[in-house]
Amino acid sequence: MRWKPILPAILVVAGVAVLTSMAATSPVRDLTPPGRHGPAESDVLVVAAEVDQRLLSSLKTTSLSPAERADDLTILRRLTLALMGTIPSLEEIRRFESDDRPDRLAIWTNAILDDPRFHNYFAERLARAFVGVEGGQFIIFRRDRFTNWLSEQLRDSVPYDRMVRSMLAEDGVWTDRAAVNYVTAGVANEEFDANKLAGRTVRAFLGQRIDCAQCHNHPFAHWKQSEFEGLAACFGQLDYTMVGVVDRPGKKFEVEDRETLEKRQVTPQVPFHPEWCGTRGSPRDRLAEWVTHPENRRFERASVNRIWGLIFGQPFLTERSVDDLPDPDDPTFQEQTAVLDLLGADFRTHRYQLKRLIRVITSTEAFRRSSGHAVHEPAQLSELESQWAIFPLCRLRPEQVIGAMLQSNSVKTIDQNSHLFTRAIRFFRENDYVKQYGDPGEAELDQRTATITQTLLNMNGEFAREMSEVGPFSTPGTIRQFSPSRAVLLDNVYLTCLTRRPTEAERAHFAPQLGSPPKQPDQQVLEDIFWTLYNSPEFTWNH
Amino acid sequence: MPHSSIDWSRRDALQVVLASGVSFLLPAIEGRAVEKRGSERPTSLITLWMGGGASQMDTWDPHPESKNSEKIQAIKTTAPGLQIAHLLPQMAEQMQHLSVIRSLTSKEGDHERGSYFVQTAYRPDPTVRHPSLSSILNHELPDPRIEIPNCVALCDGPEFAAPRGGYLGDQYDAFRVFDPGQSLRNMRQGVDSSRQARRMSNLDIVSKAFRQGREARVDKSLHDQNINRAISMMKSEQLKAFELENEARETLNRYGDTQFGRGCLIARRLVETGVRSIQVTLNGFDTHANNYEGHVTQTRILDPAFASLVKDLVDRDLLASTIILCIGEFGRTPRINPLGGRDHWPHGFSCVIGGGGLAASRVIGSTTADQQTDDKPIPPTSPIEIPNLYATILSRMGVEFGKELITPIGRPLKVCTGTPIEQLLG
Repeated sequence: MRWKPILPAILVVAGVAVLTSMAATSPVRDLTPPGRHGPAESDVLVVAAEVDQRLLSSLKTTSLSPAERADDLTILRRLTLALMGTIPSLEEIRRFESDDRPDRLAIWTNAILDDPRFHNYFAERLARAFVGVEGGQFIIFRRDRFTNWLSEQLRDSVPYDRMVRSMLAEDGVWTDRAAVNYVTAGVANEEFDANKLAGRTVRAFLGQRIDCAQCHNHPFAHWKQSEFEGLAACFGQLDYTMVGVVDRPGKKFEVEDRETLEKRQVTPQVPFHPEWCGTRGSPRDRLAEWVTHPENRRFERASVNRIWGLIFGQPFLTERSVDDLPDPDDPTFQEQTAVLDLLGADFRTHRYQLKRLIRVITSTEAFRRSSGHAVHEPAQLSELESQWAIFPLCRLRPEQVIGAMLQSNSVKTIDQNSHLFTRAIRFFRENDYVKQYGDPGEAELDQRTATITQTLLNMNGEFAREMSEVGPFSTPGTIRQFSPSRAVLLDNVYLTCLTRRPTEAERAHFAPQLGSPPKQPDQQVLEDIFWTLYNSPEFTWNH
Repeated sequence: MPHSSIDWSRRDALQVVLASGVSFLLPAIEGRAVEKRGSERPTSLITLWMGGGASQMDTWDPHPESKNSEKIQAIKTTAPGLQIAHLLPQMAEQMQHLSVIRSLTSKEGDHERGSYFVQTAYRPDPTVRHPSLSSILNHELPDPRIEIPNCVALCDGPEFAAPRGGYLGDQYDAFRVFDPGQSLRNMRQGVDSSRQARRMSNLDIVSKAFRQGREARVDKSLHDQNINRAISMMKSEQLKAFELENEARETLNRYGDTQFGRGCLIARRLVETGVRSIQVTLNGFDTHANNYEGHVTQTRILDPAFASLVKDLVDRDLLASTIILCIGEFGRTPRINPLGGRDHWPHGFSCVIGGGGLAASRVIGSTTADQQTDDKPIPPTSPIEIPNLYATILSRMGVEFGKELITPIGRPLKVCTGTPIEQLLG
């Protein structure tokens, strides 16, 4: 196919379309008043309690006690950051605080799971694992369509196994059947890279790394080069035409032998349990059946480990990458992976409902513990961390930082009802900010500290400066104008940025700077307080 | 300081020489080391990273006699017997200061894996992340006089091609400047010093509240340490090394009005400031289609920038203390594919290396301009492994390259598994 002559025209049209659709679909509607959302189902709580019991029993061999429970506002902040990529707005905090139902966290979680902000944000996070962050091959890979599709699947509560089967096996055009972008993301130099697709499929859906088996037998696990080639061959018949992605049954898949450098033909094969494949359809159909087969424990474990990672900022097995799980039958890891199996079984029996899985995980005590603890000794601390007896301290993703800053600049919730201009700013600023901040890409769950570049960006960057500016519509401006007293003003500033009220020491420190009525608080003083909160570790680290 | 008077006279002489066009714009920097010239100066490393993998046949290893050569001709250089592609005429004038290795080999033919290997001299391993050469230098040769980051990566490019600290820790990651000459905004303090002082005292209070019960974990986050480093950097005169405002128009033009050209000029200024390792990235060599046109475009950017950098370092008597390495993740196939492109080729590719007291005008190894009939590679003569290349650089810079460092999980790993290349040390 020849694109080149019409390329510039398509580029312009596509560009405009993409930008408009992105601006129009970015952040969304208000958190529905949680009236119509109920508390957690009792069986969700039962599974969550089993998880906690399991974790605590591992801790019992030590003399350590788990961290105390965090306060509800801290947990609400965690929830909105993990599920919507932003912090609660002042108006949401007010509503949450006036909600006196004992299970308000579960009710609010349910409301968040129905919020388009969750569908969009979580779709983007999942898309990273499925198609990476690169732009891919022009025209035939449409990342925006793919994330929109994921977002719709989340909105409609489509079972996760069905989503995965669509990604692996769907035919059609990348704009219409957006799931096919999973495979077109694997197109390089106008050809499908079956090796790349095989490696990614196993990493994204089975949580294991077999990429190096492309060249040699895996040094640590059981994967053999021949197994890798067989999996790659499942993508070997892929082709694209004007009617989109198709499989060409006659197409042969050949690999070059690394030793002899000769070409060999390889037939589609799975490394174990071929009976899970079913008998019908293309090699991709059979692969999809195999990957999502209820007995394929790798699938449920990998799903649980990733969702756990997106919620906590760290995968369940903290010492390993999210896509580097041990083999399910490896006896050395049975103890450590018991929770993954427990959650995995629940995920499977409840028809792979991601929302249920999220409800279970966020209902655990592990999710609700404080990130502080009296213990400081590194070995004890790491023991607590590995048993999830203390909430991890994780650097926020750049989108979360910018989402939090933008939200803190507005008293009202930034959502789909927000002015288009606000949303356009969010879209463009986010891209610019993420670029300067550095995008961790697919390795987003690997633990890293902040860099000087990021520190400087938040200290001196244009964006942080604008966000702290006292304008008529910005938070700093509104809060200054409408807070009845200096104490309330400081409360509002803290709630907007840190989702908590200041400590006594903090009040004592800031009171002299803020002065007292009738004089208005000094604009620069207020801007400097916002600057301070943006640059505090509490703002940029999930806690 | 027995040498100080000599250093000063050298400096003075240089200033006279350069007064006509370019003058020494950097302010006096504390510490004699920076004033030193010649081989007495601590050595820095500049890596010019050819992102995507430059074609050896269209740059440092031309084979004009071959049918695979396209329109490339070989031109003489100032290094006796060394010919390079005609696309690099300005570099031809500078080659007497540098050497070429034409027989680098790697087993990694993927951009990310190949970059990892060439950056670290270790193949990717899911159980450990190795540090890049630049980060090792920053770790092994710290310099308390440097208030700005001691390992800098200039220009855009994928994260995997920027030097990373790996198991040494993220604090050894390169400081990234995406658009050299334009990015000072974030490095400058936005408010006056009394407000900055107020902000810092505020921050102290807010951090204390958060640290309560989290002391060890907050320390591990390096948040406070980063703020302090950023503050001392913002106050530092050395920050001027990142500025191009006062560079003469003529100088900017000489390096080329490109991101990479500005990067090379800033690299020179960073070396003058005493920064240990600098990487400047030029992306766009991944010419799977229209290879020749792609390399014409790329070399128009590379040639003036690289040549001006070498010339300036020579003129300022800084080449003896600066190793320059021009390398990418791999080379490109000798054969031209049906799209007129060349594909990935780790089986015999080139790098340019020189300065820092390394031998000049050497040509190591050779390749043929073809593949076997079944497209298999024909191995180069005198193949050079990346670990040997890095052992050479580390040994020249005084780092004990064979010693073991302990990774966070207690596993000892050698800084570098190679042995130095005698022809370059001689």
